[in-house]
Amino acid sequence: MALNWVDYKTDVFVDWCPGCGNFGILVALQMALAELGLEPHRVVLVSGIGCSGKVPHFVKVYGVHTLHGRTLPFAQGIKIANPDLEVIAIGGDGDGLGIGVGHLVNAGRRNLDITYLIHDNGVYGLTKGQVSPTLQRGLKVKAVPKPNINDAINPIILAIASGYTFVARAYAYDTSHLKEIIKQAIKHKGLALVDILQPCPTYNDINTKEWYSGEDRIDPKTGKPIPRLYKLEEVGYDPIVHNIDEELKKKIGAIEKAKEWGDRIPIGIFYKNELVPTFQERIIKRIPFYLNNPPAKQRINDKEDHPLTSIDDFLKELRIT
Amino acid sequence: MAEVDFNWMAGGPQGSGVDTAANIFGRACGYGGLYVYGRREYHSNIKGLHSYFHLRVSNHEVSANLNDVDLLAAFDAETVVRHIEEVVPGGGIIVDKDQLEIKTLTIQTLPPEFKSMFKNYLESKGLSDRLSDLLKDAEEKGIHIFQIPYMELLRQIASKLGIDKLSKIMRMINVLTVGISFGLVDYDVELVEKAVRTFFQEKPKIIEMNVVALKIAYDYAKKSFSNDFKHNLQKLPVKEERIFLSGNQAVAVGKVLGGCRIQTYYPITPAADESEYIEAHEVLKTEIPGMDAGVIVIQTEDEIAAINMASGAALTGTRAATSTSGPGFSLMVEGLSWAGNNEVPVVITYYQRGAPSTGLPTRHGQDDLRFAIHAGHGEFPRIVLASGDIKECFYDAITAFNYAERFQLPVIHLIDKALANSSQTFPLFETKEIKIQRGNILDEDKLKYFEYRRFSFTESGVSPRVFLGTKGGIHWYTGDEHNEFGHISEESFNRTKMMEKRMKKLEAVEIEVPISEKINFFGDKNAKNIIVSWGSPKGAIIESLYKLTKEGFSLSFLQVRMIHPLPSKHIAEFLQRAEKVIDVEMNYSGQLGGIIREKTGIPMDFQILKYNGRPMTTTEVYNALKPVLLNQAPKRQVLTFGS
Ligand SMILES: Cc1ncc(C[n+]2csc(CCOP(=O)(O)OP(=O)(O)O)c2C)c(N)n1
Ligand code: SF4
Ligand SMILES: [Mg+2]
Repeated sequence: MALNWVDYKTDVFVDWCPGCGNFGILVALQMALAELGLEPHRVVLVSGIGCSGKVPHFVKVYGVHTLHGRTLPFAQGIKIANPDLEVIAIGGDGDGLGIGVGHLVNAGRRNLDITYLIHDNGVYGLTKGQVSPTLQRGLKVKAVPKPNINDAINPIILAIASGYTFVARAYAYDTSHLKEIIKQAIKHKGLALVDILQPCPTYNDINTKEWYSGEDRIDPKTGKPIPRLYKLEEVGYDPIVHNIDEELKKKIGAIEKAKEWGDRIPIGIFYKNELVPTFQERIIKRIPFYLNNPPAKQRINDKEDHPLTSIDDFLKELRIT
Repeated sequence: MAEVDFNWMAGGPQGSGVDTAANIFGRACGYGGLYVYGRREYHSNIKGLHSYFHLRVSNHEVSANLNDVDLLAAFDAETVVRHIEEVVPGGGIIVDKDQLEIKTLTIQTLPPEFKSMFKNYLESKGLSDRLSDLLKDAEEKGIHIFQIPYMELLRQIASKLGIDKLSKIMRMINVLTVGISFGLVDYDVELVEKAVRTFFQEKPKIIEMNVVALKIAYDYAKKSFSNDFKHNLQKLPVKEERIFLSGNQAVAVGKVLGGCRIQTYYPITPAADESEYIEAHEVLKTEIPGMDAGVIVIQTEDEIAAINMASGAALTGTRAATSTSGPGFSLMVEGLSWAGNNEVPVVITYYQRGAPSTGLPTRHGQDDLRFAIHAGHGEFPRIVLASGDIKECFYDAITAFNYAERFQLPVIHLIDKALANSSQTFPLFETKEIKIQRGNILDEDKLKYFEYRRFSFTESGVSPRVFLGTKGGIHWYTGDEHNEFGHISEESFNRTKMMEKRMKKLEAVEIEVPISEKINFFGDKNAKNIIVSWGSPKGAIIESLYKLTKEGFSLSFLQVRMIHPLPSKHIAEFLQRAEKVIDVEMNYSGQLGGIIREKTGIPMDFQILKYNGRPMTTTEVYNALKPVLLNQAPKRQVLTFGS
């Protein structure tokens, strides 16, 4: 039976502020799951702490709402133990680029086949509006007394430098585009990061929906706003690494693109490279039957509860008589 | 059978193969039916600073060191300086003939605080700081000084092997001293050769070199010193199968047998060896032909990732664990609290070492009992299980998983540096009785007929568990307080019920786990005096207990294995009967004693404590207990033996 996105809804009240960009992300995610026909019990959503961390409770798949900044360690543990699961990690920009950034970087070294969605709103929503690591220096958002003294992290560049093999950006209110990006991220073989620009109408009074739509700059000819966002796929940008020789060139191109900000902000896929072996493929090299009999599926005891593992190989080394 | 109790020590700079020498020595004794207990001591340093291995050989099982050294194999002068006081009259010191004129106070690796102490020692004895002077003094006490021309022997070895440069074989001083040692005690050299061959089996190129070195040294000692040394080691007939292993290895093998399939770690002493040992054996065999198994060891970016990755894996139904020591466990604390709140069966193997902070990174301590029990914000159930010897390390590694899954909570398996880095011979561990208890698990079939709630309220507080990915069992986890489905809930009435549901599991542990798994009792039930302790002092305590009992003292020993939840009713029953309760622990404040008093109201009458980073020996525990029994001891004694 084909599933509809509403089949992925729980009846938990969605308690985000009215107009929050998270609503768009939630719907896009549910639509992506439905369109990919992923059976709910095979999907695990893992999240950190923040407004963004609540997503799993609203989606009728397995949900693991973890600690602030720790969404990736949990997600990786789940995926390594049971590679049959479709694991999607979710977190805020503070979660992933502040307190959890060490995990973000190191996950890139492993290239597990999971998807990581960052709700990038420039603020710490749930703690009432402090600046997040993606806010530009010099900007003062509503709730804080002074302009931001730190420079911003660019999630796209950091992800590429860390070894992510699929790096994209999308916009919370363009749900159909976001849904497509999420679908591609899930289908990608390897670790995928999607930086989702997510207006927070309550605390980020700078990068607002109106700002992204360019309502502050009306085209005198048409009388219409000039949007800040444009799609990479519409300007002929090719993010794919077709052969390993062009990896560096593609990375540099993607980083250059990712530097664009302000008047013109690209969204879409910046970088995609399926030539890097995934963590699972690396394990198979050492434990050949890993996918057929992964940790979560191995029988460890018999019907009488006696252990099934043989420790003979250990004992051979330890035996002295 | 004649009593054998021979204490051998090898010492030298780190990187010079002290460990190798000790392993070969221990194995060789083991091959000959002798029992061995050995302890490794080393600095937090890779090359150059002093390390040593203190090995005890006996005709019966031994599980602790004595203070005594019967034969000291000194690779360098520093070893002599540091350990000469431990060598007993009638014992011997193997020393490099070319180093006799070294001025000991100029040895660069001796720290200033040691030198000033040693200078006073020399002055008080009227000795110069020449090594030969020190050795002469020892000789006068009846210690044999075996002056060996290390370089001359190395030259002989080199010429036999056709090697032009001595520097290429300098590392073989270790095997050379092993050969000398066995020559002096007249042990069967074939058993030693077998140990050398086994130890180096992965490196065939150097096997022959080491065998040649061994034999030249062995023959040299026999030829030069036959009959000089009163100690003699003879092989004994042995029929049973025996193993020789360290605490790190025991935990590793226990975990694997217990079904551990994911182990995460961030490198730290003395925990990392366990993970590396498992990784080296990641492809596993099973009892069922054709059924493959494998354990995945993941080196994470930090301990925060380590515990949370293990918890994630545990949610899928995988038996998952992480290993660390104090600094790492400190980082794991928030994850521990999450696991407690979400009822995750994750196992944390906690190797204590000297603390606070980085403390004594490679030395021993039992400083973290209260930390293990209390770590984590909020109140949540956990089990803290403390092994007392290497054999218990093996069984408890399995039991820890059983408790974790039966009661759905984090289990902290507390061990320490002394257990991790000691090696001991044992009859092959009995495995027939081992059970793997996975607790209440629902699968797809059972889930067809009702709406599943992960945290359903039940009589015992334990709710049936469903693994992530099971059809029909969708549920949620959250670190926030939650309702039965696992969704966030701040409702006051739900909070009260959920707290009680979780905490009630500790009552289930009290009722369902038999007392025999929680405490061990040794000695006479009606003894007037009782020792309480936990963890690695066990060996030294039991040996002292038997000696003192033989001498007619009325003494018993209660070893607490499950420290949380504490079986306080049973402990109280034992302690109430006693006239004197004697607390023996490797920390400053007597942490277990304090916990027992908190839970039973019974104070410790006497404390025997140690916190100098070196484990308790039988000698010093015996020497501290005796005055207590003779009413001649202060309430608090602090032990200080060990360099
Ligand atoms: C260890 C820890 N420190 C601090 C907090 C408090 N805290 C909760 S949410 C949050 C910030 C959330 O910001 P972000 O990750 O950007 O998520 P958002 O709410 O914006 O979606 C913080 C600091 C916490 N939960 N845990
Ligand atoms: S604070 Fe911002 S991010 Fe959080 S729910 Fe409100 S609008 Fe959304
Ligand atoms: Mg944010």
